Amino acid sequence: MPMQLASTEITSRTAAIVQEMKGLEGPLLPILHGIQEEFGHVPQDALPVIAEALNISRAEVHGVVTFYHDYRSHPAGRHVLKVCQAEACQSMGSDAVAAKLKQLLGIGFHETTRDGSVTLEPVYCLGLCACAPAAMLDGQVIGRLDDEKLDEIVAEVRS
Amino acid sequence: MGLVQEIDYGTPASGSQKQVTLTVDGFTVTVPEGTSIMRASMEAGIAIPKLCATDMVDAFGSCRLCLVEIDGRNGTPSSCTTPVAPGMVVHTQTGRLKDIRRGVMELYISDHPLDCLTCAANGDCELQTQAGIVGLRDVRYGYEGDNHVFKKNDGVENFKWMAKDESNPYFTYDPSKCIVCSRCVRACEEVQGTFALTIEGRGFGSRVSPGMHELFIDSECVSCGACVQACPTATLTEKSVIQIGQPEHSVVTTCAYCGVGCSFKAEMRGDELVRMVPYKDGKANRGHSCVKGRFAYGYSTHKDRILNPMIREKITDPWREVSWEEALTHTANEFRRIQYQYGRTAIGGITSSRCTNEETYLVQKLIRQGFRNNNVDTCARVCHSPTGYGLGQTFGTSAGTQDFDSVEKTDVVMIIGANPAAAHPVFASRLKKRLRQGAKLIVIDPRRTEMVKSPHVEAAHHLPLKPGTNVAVVTSLAHVIITEGLFDEAFIRERCDWDEFQDWASFVALPENSPEVVGALANVDPEEIRGAARLFARGGNGAIYYGLGVTEHSQGSTTVIAIANLAMATGNVGRPGVGVNPLRGQNNVQGSCDMGSFPHELPGYRHVSGDAVRDIYESLWGVKLDDEPGLRIPNMLDAAVDGSFKGLYVQGEDILQSDPDTKHVAAGLAAMECVVVHDLFLNETANYAHVFLPGSTFLEKDGTFTNAERRINRVRKVMAPKNGLADWEVTQKLAQTMGLAWDYQHPSEIMDEIAKTTPSFASVSYDYLEKMGSVQWPCNEKAPEGTPIMHIDGFVRGKGKFIRTEYVATDERTGPRFPLLLTTGRILSQYNVGAQTRRTENIVWHSEDRLEIHPHDAENRGLRDGDWVRLTSRSGETTLRALITDRVSPGVVYTTFHHPDTQANVITTDFSDWATNCPEYKVTAVQVGASNGPSEWQRDYNEQAEQSRRIATLQAAE
Repeated sequence: MPMQLASTEITSRTAAIVQEMKGLEGPLLPILHGIQEEFGHVPQDALPVIAEALNISRAEVHGVVTFYHDYRSHPAGRHVLKVCQAEACQSMGSDAVAAKLKQLLGIGFHETTRDGSVTLEPVYCLGLCACAPAAMLDGQVIGRLDDEKLDEIVAEVRS
Repeated sequence: MGLVQEIDYGTPASGSQKQVTLTVDGFTVTVPEGTSIMRASMEAGIAIPKLCATDMVDAFGSCRLCLVEIDGRNGTPSSCTTPVAPGMVVHTQTGRLKDIRRGVMELYISDHPLDCLTCAANGDCELQTQAGIVGLRDVRYGYEGDNHVFKKNDGVENFKWMAKDESNPYFTYDPSKCIVCSRCVRACEEVQGTFALTIEGRGFGSRVSPGMHELFIDSECVSCGACVQACPTATLTEKSVIQIGQPEHSVVTTCAYCGVGCSFKAEMRGDELVRMVPYKDGKANRGHSCVKGRFAYGYSTHKDRILNPMIREKITDPWREVSWEEALTHTANEFRRIQYQYGRTAIGGITSSRCTNEETYLVQKLIRQGFRNNNVDTCARVCHSPTGYGLGQTFGTSAGTQDFDSVEKTDVVMIIGANPAAAHPVFASRLKKRLRQGAKLIVIDPRRTEMVKSPHVEAAHHLPLKPGTNVAVVTSLAHVIITEGLFDEAFIRERCDWDEFQDWASFVALPENSPEVVGALANVDPEEIRGAARLFARGGNGAIYYGLGVTEHSQGSTTVIAIANLAMATGNVGRPGVGVNPLRGQNNVQGSCDMGSFPHELPGYRHVSGDAVRDIYESLWGVKLDDEPGLRIPNMLDAAVDGSFKGLYVQGEDILQSDPDTKHVAAGLAAMECVVVHDLFLNETANYAHVFLPGSTFLEKDGTFTNAERRINRVRKVMAPKNGLADWEVTQKLAQTMGLAWDYQHPSEIMDEIAKTTPSFASVSYDYLEKMGSVQWPCNEKAPEGTPIMHIDGFVRGKGKFIRTEYVATDERTGPRFPLLLTTGRILSQYNVGAQTRRTENIVWHSEDRLEIHPHDAENRGLRDGDWVRLTSRSGETTLRALITDRVSPGVVYTTFHHPDTQANVITTDFSDWATNCPEYKVTAVQVGASNGPSEWQRDYNEQAEQSRRIATLQAAE
């Protein structure tokens, strides 16, 4: 796990990202993506830097960051597992899938295992309804979840 | 009386000229194209239920309460976001709509605390009202709520519940009452332009957040109160309302702070002021306010306020409380004795820019009719006297050319030596709104002010000139306009004197006025000067707004003339969206100038040497008037030191703190035999006074203020004077005691006399103001409805006059001993010398004056942020704490003058404007060094002040 970053370091690395993307049309979301990629989350100390550079208020940046669940306020585990909880998956037993995963990993939604290996999150539709119930591990979608696949997933993130 | 009710039309008015007719619930209504159905319906008298809509902000369409049905259209569109169309047939109440609305309301109430009876908004809650209107009778989802209602659920801490934020001194934020209608967020963005609020999270977790989930006081909030005004529930509530309760009647009056002159409803419970709410019909502010006007009225009941007259023999004695009669008799006797002993011209007076027109008129009348001399001056001497001179010479009137609405039509704004975001906040908000619509901005100021760069505001050109080089830089702009052929020849030929123009043009075209030469001496990039000049000349409607950074210089009048030249050369005078606009500092500084406060002018800017003018007053007042100008403030003080000037009546001004070279002012006052201070507080000048007459606040009297756009606004009495008499009554009683036969029963009679004797006020009367709301002078037979924009068909003086503006550097120069330039200004939360705002909660934002210094200059001197520093000039020294910032350029330091402890004017020199004696506050060569604490002068001064403020306790009768 990365050590706690000094705020000056966050400021300077954020400034570099902002500088690079500032010229884009509607630059705020790409910048936030860039920052999340850089730090694994969007540190609070980055927001005033963005606000200053885009000449918008701190409040506006905060409003956008908190609107999107994908922007994290804290670093995630090494793996991120998103389990679909939307209607189609629910009808195919995603509630049970979620319960099983929580039990196997020992954490609830929006939590990270103590060893930092995985963060579990709900997601509302991956566009994979035909293969429900579905999940996404580190950006890779997995369909037709069953006990076997869940065990495989858990083994992978634990390794 | 009752509350002044203002109709909320739900969405802003449409500016369209084209009319559209539609039917709402069977009634025909005709409105401008682009109007919302909601507004059209309200015009027809039908109020559609609503929560998230209010006419101070644009439609948002989130609450889903204002849905309507329209014949021939599917669904139930929201009436706030749907514009009217010709022939449209709208139904606002149908079975379907009623069901939807009740359902929506059920959802709102299912997570809202039902403590209505003990809620601060009880009686003024739109949620409560709308629940009543939609006929809510039950909530199918229960009343327990999830995140708003209870701090604990079943004994377990509810983490979704948020505690009240009471960090702002004037209002509270109670998230538990919030319905997330976003009205506060939108008011902060659209009306105030600060963008300090947002909605954080999404869905059910949505919350209003100041800054990044900060406390209000720590966020970007400037406490203008627009959010509080917009809030439909008790979420954002004035602490005064929580404390006192709902008001029961209200009176429309005018703010007594800056020269914007905002109209407010003073909402009262009995004679107790509950809150100030900006008045939508106020033509200067259009329903907006700043932290000072809305909240900072607590000084009127502050314990420091003096309510009884006091006298003393010597200024070293303690004060003795006396009756009004004794105080006035003593004053009258002293003034008469001094005149008998030292001559008719040994006394004089100073009028106040904070008092009403009527009161100012009376003070100058007392001096001219009663003292029989012209020794009257006013604090405009130290601020905008160069405006009077400069605009009088070039255009023919001593006032701004536009109304504030004009900013809505402007394309390029040039701000010179002013920071409206701090000193004229409501105008700044209106300007920012226009900038967000695409207008361009040029800022000429030594500091990087909020107008240069702040959220959603960015100046196209900032010329951070060296203090004292205004004339050179403005002339250099003209150089570019002339040499690059960007001037408006047709305008100049038609409106101005062509020969004078040609002379001026040949002057500005000289190589010494080129940006390259001027840029070097003013420390400005020549390309920026060229860019700014091209933008101003070619960018459409160009308007110039300027402040004391222009006038308070040894060449203040020259800069005003240079500005007027620039406006004429580019054809930017005489229509909406253009013009030359001085931003007046005090509420009635325009009025006090209009009312004949200067030693050379009778009311209406007519010279005392004019026989015809004097005749008017001589026949009315029954005395012979002096035809020679009297003494200006600095001359009075000089004469006092020389021993020929012995008595002074000062109404509502603190010359010791606000005038330059404090030591000289103190020496002058100390040399006088009778100094009469008429004020709310024992101000700094009162330390040298022999008589103190307690003053009344703007809440305690009737009258008028004239703002920076020449608008005459009514001031209305909402409570009895705590000191017993309104200021005009005090002056009248003094005049009567001196033997003058004055008998005004009401300030309206004083205005009648003003109208009768002053052509530009000829049609003004209280009845007329009642009818019109307000008028802008000139208001007479030629302009019965007043004059929003001046010089429309030609200049008042005939032909516009171009005058050469040769740059002469001030004698105040930096050198090895004093290498830095000090310039001074204001901050948002404080006002002028701070006498009022320091006695309010505004102190939380600015509890002391700080010295802004660039990091380079600080490092050279080993200074850290917050260190005590010694500030030394050729005149004196003082100490204050440093604030290290790159808002100022290297070589320039800046401070405010709101606190008497700092005594910034001990530092300023006695250099002054060549034409008007306006002091050169904005340029002083200084040195800055580390210090351990207050200077010797500050210690002595504080000791003297403390001694001087003693009030003797009455001895028990033997």
